[in-house]
Amino acid sequence: MDTLEQGSGKLFTDPSSVAARADFRQKSRVMTEKVTTVSDAVDRLLSDGDYLAIGGFGGDRIPTAVIHEVIRQNKQDLGFAGHTSTHDFQVMCAGNLMGRGQVLARVDNAYVVGLEARGLSRQARRVMESGEVEFTEWSNYTLALRFRAAAMGVPFLPAHSVLGTDTMRHSAARKIVCPFTDEPLVAVPALYPDLAVVHVHESDPFGNCRIEGISVADLDVARSAKRLIITCERLISNDEIRSNPTRTAIPYYCVDAVCEVPLGSYPGNMPYEYYSDEEHIRQWLDVEEDPDEYRRFLDHHIFEVSDHREYVRRAGGLDRLEELRRLEFMETP
Amino acid sequence: MSDYNAMELMVTCASRLLENGRTVAVGTGAPCSAAMLAQRLHAPDLTVFFEAGGVAPQLPTMPISVGDSRTFFRGLMATSMCEVMETCQRGLMDYTFLGGAQIDPYGNLNSTMIGDDYANPRVRFPGSGGANDLASLCWRTMVVTNHDPRRFVERLDFMTTPGYLDGPGAREAAGLMPETGPYRVITDLAILGYHDQTRRMEVLSLHPGVTLDEVQQQTGFEIEAASELFGTEPPSEQELRVLREEVDPNGYVIGR
Repeated sequence: MDTLEQGSGKLFTDPSSVAARADFRQKSRVMTEKVTTVSDAVDRLLSDGDYLAIGGFGGDRIPTAVIHEVIRQNKQDLGFAGHTSTHDFQVMCAGNLMGRGQVLARVDNAYVVGLEARGLSRQARRVMESGEVEFTEWSNYTLALRFRAAAMGVPFLPAHSVLGTDTMRHSAARKIVCPFTDEPLVAVPALYPDLAVVHVHESDPFGNCRIEGISVADLDVARSAKRLIITCERLISNDEIRSNPTRTAIPYYCVDAVCEVPLGSYPGNMPYEYYSDEEHIRQWLDVEEDPDEYRRFLDHHIFEVSDHREYVRRAGGLDRLEELRRLEFMETP
Repeated sequence: MSDYNAMELMVTCASRLLENGRTVAVGTGAPCSAAMLAQRLHAPDLTVFFEAGGVAPQLPTMPISVGDSRTFFRGLMATSMCEVMETCQRGLMDYTFLGGAQIDPYGNLNSTMIGDDYANPRVRFPGSGGANDLASLCWRTMVVTNHDPRRFVERLDFMTTPGYLDGPGAREAAGLMPETGPYRVITDLAILGYHDQTRRMEVLSLHPGVTLDEVQQQTGFEIEAASELFGTEPPSEQELRVLREEVDPNGYVIGR
């Protein structure tokens, strides 16, 4: 198939399905219990130099505990999929700004730096404007499609998007011609992350998972990753999974670790559980305006904190969570 | 005639463009308010999509994120980003609403960076998000934005999202789907469209009290009036009441 045009962006991961199959071949198919702590999972499954993908939608159903742990353990030189990455990206950027080396080194950008209607993160902008991070441009769909290609086990997928724009020119996509209709198409390369992390509602101890509400790109993110950490609001029994297999969104054989983290998406939204803590996120954006306050805020909420339970306690605890729960169900307080 | 602010006028104008029985992909803020207003007035059967996977919610309040739980509250389907984007790609999405830091005469948008050097941006913005996909794949793209010469520029620093690219036939030549493209720009001064032949932006309707000169002064490129120039109908009592009392009672978007 001829390439008509080629984006100048760097491809940070190998799109080869042959190489990916060799990795997946080594992955255990034995249904063993995988329940562990977040610190153990991050320590074992993420290495310096790895490429990381985070599930959810920036501030919705995000695995906050793992994101905090990644920068607490001071992992270095990571690649990252910025796939409507909002609060999660804002947290990751703290790893580049606190004199702890460089957590983020390579980023596939579809949406970073912004927090949607809440505005832009000053510190995330600082990281992206510093010149120390390499980045390649994508759109939300083309980046999601890269995970889908990987989940399908093929090296690329075609689409009718991004053609003719600078987004395409600064991507690592290629323009090709359809072998059947002669239409021009964009071909996007499969993205196989070294590690993906997805927060779900329920998982059994083996990693069979249920997600309520929108799945965003997570069914593909989970299947495309060489290693996968699941954090869940609740552990449930394998009998419960077997009582209704229609609800299983991610099967155990994709999963390497299961961590029970109640309130695990906080301060993000968790559908049918709790709404986002807009006051806390606003505070985060505000302290970013002042370097000293920002450092104290990060120390207090991440670096001096042992786990997610303590973070939630410091950010307002169960009283605040009860309010967010009422907000989610739109009861008047 | 009652008092209204610029945002109320923009949301009202945007809502009037949404026909009943159509589909629209929206983000948070003004576009979402416009869709909610249309549903409550002339377009009860307008189906609303959010790019993260929410389909046809009965929006109780304004979402904060296009992926938060409001975007599928009492919806018909809670699905994936690929599902929504591929619904657009199959040709089922009539409208989308976008914004950006810069827009040029052909309706191309920049939401990526300001500066001369991509690798060293003076100001970095979020990037495409879903904007490029929606503008590539939906039939008609609308933009809601404030009108000033720093935003309406002859040349973008970065073309994040396709309008008519560099003129007639350019979208098709690049491989984008035929008969898609920019449709309307709704600003605080006017409603703009695109000339059939040149594909350049033109003024279709001036808001009450606004002159063509004023629009030209606030536009960083040459802009002409369409062959027939209208005056924008101000928001009606009913439009304002529904907007203020039902759509955005907390004033998140309309700021009241």
